[in-house]
Amino acid sequence: MNKLKWFTLIGGLVIGVIAVILVKLGNPGNMGFCIACFERDIAGALGLHRAGVVQYIRPEIIGLILGAMIFALFKGEFRSRGGSATFLRFIMGAFMMIGALVFLGCPLRDILRMAGGDVNAVVAFIGFALGIATGVFFLKRGFDLGRSTNHDHQLGGFVLPAIFAFLLVLLLCATSFSEGGPIFFSQSGPGSMAAPVAISLIAGLLVGAIAQRIRLCLSGGIRDFILMRDNTLLLGFLGIFAGALVLNLIFGFFNFGFTIGGGAKPQPVAHTAQLWNFLGLYLVGLTACLLGGCPLRQLVLSGEGDTDAAAVVVGMIVGAAFAHNFAFASAASAINAETALLSIGGPGLYGQIACVVGIVFMLIVGFTHREKA
Amino acid sequence: MEKIDVSGLSCPIPVVRTKKLIDAGNAEILVTGDSSVSKENITKLAAKSGYGINVLRDEKGAWELELRK
Repeated sequence: MNKLKWFTLIGGLVIGVIAVILVKLGNPGNMGFCIACFERDIAGALGLHRAGVVQYIRPEIIGLILGAMIFALFKGEFRSRGGSATFLRFIMGAFMMIGALVFLGCPLRDILRMAGGDVNAVVAFIGFALGIATGVFFLKRGFDLGRSTNHDHQLGGFVLPAIFAFLLVLLLCATSFSEGGPIFFSQSGPGSMAAPVAISLIAGLLVGAIAQRIRLCLSGGIRDFILMRDNTLLLGFLGIFAGALVLNLIFGFFNFGFTIGGGAKPQPVAHTAQLWNFLGLYLVGLTACLLGGCPLRQLVLSGEGDTDAAAVVVGMIVGAAFAHNFAFASAASAINAETALLSIGGPGLYGQIACVVGIVFMLIVGFTHREKA
Repeated sequence: MEKIDVSGLSCPIPVVRTKKLIDAGNAEILVTGDSSVSKENITKLAAKSGYGINVLRDEKGAWELELRK
């Protein structure tokens, strides 16, 4: 193994370990990091949706963007750029979020869930890999969203990082803009479960810098392996899994199965509607492959000055707002108070429709956007 | 010599396009691009495919690689 591969593996291990430590310190189960869930929480905190249990300005997201930005500036890799099908990318970001919320997690959380023994996440992983394989099919036949160009001024690249730095100010001041209005903070549910702000922020900064350094991309790992049998990024994926698995075992967080204790308890923030676990991450895998990066990678690229990636990030936040306002997001499995039985959970009819529409939309994008011969 | 400009293309399209030229049997390829990620990936691909790599230009946001079999 060469130096880069070792770096990538060790970087992944560190990220996996940090994720489980965040759970130990208060984050929801198997959710040390979840780019989709945390962007959704931010959408809720700003009042873009009113699902009371998922509202919090997650410092991890702010840290990821700023950590990547600081490291990119340090390495001279910050370049303000953009202009590659920006609005289309925004919409693709929204659908990528809908897919993630149908599954209940981004690809990073999928790894963390697998490392926690959640077998539902394995079903989703198969969907994710097949989504990427579909994206590779389009890449091989010349898929292209068009070129971005370097901006004459660097200011544009700092806009998204600056907005998230401002969100940090709002978090620390807990500003109330109107009576009973935003900023919202969940009093119960996953949005109320969080590691201390300073620790979450530092964890985000660290992981942002590591992810920038090793070019971590969870869709990229599988894509590169299918496309050219290159396993570098896949080692990052495996590193996260191994790091999180070991720490989950040490802390007693590891519970193998579709449910915990043979149906006594649900896996943390998960559902057992397997078709939708599969299709949710199929949509995310396909979209990420067409966009050139998974939700985590889009955050890192935004920190490097890529304004097209910034459009994806904002698209994901808007997508999360739609997902909760229009009831696309899945319900987690839960114990019914009356029957004492475990519900399956999963998406309602509208969520199922939105997920399928997203997949069809990506297939159309994939077939239509080809380089000119 | 075959020339290709991969500036501004999303990951992994720069690699896909270069690989097409390599698979077509071109012995000399001149690649220009802008992102350090695509430079690293193309360097990796070329080395793996048995090409020698000559860095003609390496500035922030602009690089040029000569691949020679």
